[in-house]
Amino acid sequence: MIEIHDLHKYFGTLHVLKGIDLNVEKGEVLSVIGASGSGKSTLLYCINGLEPVQQGRVVVDGTDVHAKGTDINKLRQRLGMVFQQWNSFPHLTALENVALAPKIVKGKSKAEAREIAAQQLRHVGLGEKLAVYPSALSGGQQQRLAIARALAMEPEYMLFDEATSALDPELVGEVLETMRMLAEEGMTMICVTHEMGFARDVSDRVAFFHQGVMEEIGPPEQIFSNAQSEHTRKFLANVR
Amino acid sequence: MFDYNFHWRPVMKSLPDLLDAAFLTLQVAVLAMVLGIIIGLCLALIRMHMKGPIRWLASCWVELARNTPALFQLFFFGFGLGAFGLHLSPYMIVLAGLTFNCAGYLAENFRGGFNAVPDTQLRASRSLGMTAWQAYTRIVIPQVFRIVYHPITNQMVWAVLMSSLGMLVGFRELSGETQFFASRTFRIFEYFAVTAVIYYVIVKLILIASRLLATRLFRY
Amino acid sequence: MEPTISFFSGFTPNDLLFLGEAALRTLWISVLSITIGTALGVLFGWVLYEGKLAATLTVAPVLDIFRSVPLIIQLVLFYNFAPIVGLNLDPFASGVVILTIYTASLVANVARGGIEAVETPMRRAARSLGMTYWQDLRYVVFPIGGRAVFPAWVGVALGVMKDSALVSVLGYVELLKASQILITRTQEPFLILTIAGAFYFALSYPISRYAASLERKWAQ
Ligand SMILES: Nc1ncnc2c1ncn2[C@@H]1O[C@H](COP(=O)(O)OP(=O)(O)OP(=O)(O)O)[C@@H](O)[C@H]1O
Ligand SMILES: [Mg+2]
Repeated sequence: MIEIHDLHKYFGTLHVLKGIDLNVEKGEVLSVIGASGSGKSTLLYCINGLEPVQQGRVVVDGTDVHAKGTDINKLRQRLGMVFQQWNSFPHLTALENVALAPKIVKGKSKAEAREIAAQQLRHVGLGEKLAVYPSALSGGQQQRLAIARALAMEPEYMLFDEATSALDPELVGEVLETMRMLAEEGMTMICVTHEMGFARDVSDRVAFFHQGVMEEIGPPEQIFSNAQSEHTRKFLANVR
Repeated sequence: MFDYNFHWRPVMKSLPDLLDAAFLTLQVAVLAMVLGIIIGLCLALIRMHMKGPIRWLASCWVELARNTPALFQLFFFGFGLGAFGLHLSPYMIVLAGLTFNCAGYLAENFRGGFNAVPDTQLRASRSLGMTAWQAYTRIVIPQVFRIVYHPITNQMVWAVLMSSLGMLVGFRELSGETQFFASRTFRIFEYFAVTAVIYYVIVKLILIASRLLATRLFRY
Repeated sequence: MEPTISFFSGFTPNDLLFLGEAALRTLWISVLSITIGTALGVLFGWVLYEGKLAATLTVAPVLDIFRSVPLIIQLVLFYNFAPIVGLNLDPFASGVVILTIYTASLVANVARGGIEAVETPMRRAARSLGMTYWQDLRYVVFPIGGRAVFPAWVGVALGVMKDSALVSVLGYVELLKASQILITRTQEPFLILTIAGAFYFALSYPISRYAASLERKWAQ
């Protein structure tokens, strides 16, 4: 379970997250929506410790992410993350991209790591592309490669930061399909997304962020048809 | 800790001479750069637009300048030409060597600069009714100049540093003069230390001047 | 020029051997300095990138000095400074020390550029997989950044190889010094300089062409 208590985040004097309280249960799929600059990405970075926080706590399965003694690299193995820009490692083949972290972070043998990598690549539909370099893959394929790379660490949670925003429209579908498949397999997911269809159909709950505050959270039906907050209604009216 | 006594007085006494020599250094470097820019530009244009033996000669120039030591180039203008009965003065050896070298390096910079300005710029200018000459001088060259400005500054610094090779062909620019005094007084370390400082100051002044000039030149 | 002076013998096959050995010395001092200097330079580049204030205030200006003073002055200074602090270094060792630091000062900038070439999102992705800082550096930043600046590094290395000719000023008989000696004896400047130049060219030209072609290939 991911527990977030009274989380505050500043960039210099810029107050980006203003006291977030949020729990995500095992098996849940949470979509996070909101305007650009509302702090959605920052929330994800704080959850896996890529950004320090100034106040409050993030607790993952009982471990405080930002506490002094926490082995952050160990903890991050539980938290897979996929970014808007897919960041595949250009000097490694698809298989090597996925096998690298299991090998050097988890200390798996080379053969074992490659076995896991091949399996995850097949899982996301890239079984044919094992020996191919990222430069020869489409954006959608590279994003699925990034998903496989995160999955190969056998994470308990997956954090998606606008995984489809940088893709050409015709490639969005295949990545959403992969994410939907993960959700159906029971993966716990936090998805920052602009894909309202995905948020509505796949998530258990939807959170709306507005200027660093979580304005509203609830089941998709509530957010999309019966939003309580004026800001939420305005935002949804604009994206549709 | 040292049983060596530093003597700075003789150096200080010859400081005026050293500064004169520093001026000579700057002079030969600037001259070589001016010639180098003109010739380098020609070399770049020849390599881009011409065919046949002229282009081949230009390529030879550029590749020889870039792929052999500067000292070799100086030696060539020194002893090498002697084989043909052509004996240059030390000043001319250094000037010729530096010019040869700078022109070669600058030619490649210019070529990169021209390649970086998209063809569409030329076509857009022509479509506005400019002549080819106008399009080149008003539109293309200013953009190229901006791109090569920084490399030209660097090359200017190199020219100053390279002119120190004059010491090895008997030219009494800053380094040659320093060696002359040093060998007369045996205060080698002191003389060369002061000279190092002078070079450092010259280089910094060039970089500062270049930066100041850039803020006035490039307002966009 | 005067054939009557019998003291000057012509160019003999033995002299070719002499030049060959000198060329090997050029290679040896270059390879040594470039190897150690690159390792040091990468370390300095990393320090500069991480920008810990103290390191930046000390390392950066010191490296800058080695880029702003002519190499030949550095060589003479160090060679004459070493005995003052009780080090007795022969010309070769002095040359290696200075060429190494000189290389490091140039490579530091290249290396910093390489690290900068790997942008934050890429490094975040690596860290999000649980890689430590060092694993990220070793498996992600080094291969990607190294590739980005490899051509620039080749340029630096070839520059140092050519600049190693300056160690001759300390009396180390590398290729150009050997040429000079032979020229004095045989009075065949053109032939001997051509041989020496050809050696440098044959080393530098193919390597720089190869680096340029890699750059083009990787740019795509
Ligand atoms: N490294 C940083 N340094 C300073 N300010 C930052 C930094 N990263 C983000 N910010 C600022 O924090 C605020 C929230 O940014 P964040 O990236 O979390 O927004 P977002 O909701 O993900 O927006 P988007 O939809 O555009 O991705 C923005 O105002 C942004 O400019
Ligand atoms: Mg974002």
